[in-house]
Amino acid sequence: MHVSGFCFWYPMLMSLTIFAGSVEFVTVRMLLGAFHPVQALAMTLMINARHLFYGISMLDKYRGTGWKKFYLIFGMCDESFSINYTAQIPKEIDSSWFLFFVTLLNHLYWVSGATLGGIFGSWIHFNTEGLEFVMTAMFVVIFMEQWMKEKRHISAVAGLGVSLLCLLVFGPDRFIIPAMFGILALLTLLRGTLEKGGQQL
Amino acid sequence: MTIFQQLVTIGMVIFGTVLTRFLPFLVFPAGKPTPRYIQYLGRVLPSAVFGLLVVCCLKNVSIFTGSRGIPELLAIIFVVALHVWKRQMLLSIAGGTVCYMLLVQYVF
Repeated sequence: MHVSGFCFWYPMLMSLTIFAGSVEFVTVRMLLGAFHPVQALAMTLMINARHLFYGISMLDKYRGTGWKKFYLIFGMCDESFSINYTAQIPKEIDSSWFLFFVTLLNHLYWVSGATLGGIFGSWIHFNTEGLEFVMTAMFVVIFMEQWMKEKRHISAVAGLGVSLLCLLVFGPDRFIIPAMFGILALLTLLRGTLEKGGQQL
Repeated sequence: MTIFQQLVTIGMVIFGTVLTRFLPFLVFPAGKPTPRYIQYLGRVLPSAVFGLLVVCCLKNVSIFTGSRGIPELLAIIFVVALHVWKRQMLLSIAGGTVCYMLLVQYVF
């Protein structure tokens, strides 16, 4: 944002209110272009369609969390979902507060990171090339954690395979939606097999 | 763009994001039993979604140009090995990132 000529309060407020990584970067491009509110909405729905899958997976986990549920759903970004889904919450801890604080801390780190970047972006001189790999490393680790927890890996392999195939066919900018449909179709077809064998613990 | 137009644009993005997050919870409210098919999806989707997220992170890696995805591959192998060995999430993430940064800054 700094490079694009925006004052620091843009990234600060956007990270606070939107709180969804990839779409915030796209928003910067939208703000620099012509005014197309409907297109902005359509683009957002497309990029963030994966949240639908997160919601379906979290229907049970977020049940009975009371007033915190609203914030838990609002703050359900990739990271909150991944951590809250895989975390093994100790019995003696109130799980709704655990989920709440994971989301809140994610939110705070995200906002402070965006704000600091907006203020001090031009002062950073050490070479940060490759730092973005932290996201890849995190999702690889979460993928592995899930892999070690489950008995059968059909769904995990299907997710990787379908996504890679769609990436090759549709290219990096438009593979997510076809990949989601592909995963949905494949898992629906495999329902008989997966439910009989008991995919979960 | 005027400030008003900027606010509307950002508002649309907020609305779209909130919509995708709340929709499943609105369609399948806690008070009513969730259809078995949706329950099934809730159980099997996460593994597939984590795979999708990994691929998402690597989507701009080109295996035909530049360093051909070799630093990414090496760093991921490093993350997997470190995680199998120690199984400390933060250590694996930090170690993998440092490994990747060293690779792209000094080796490739």
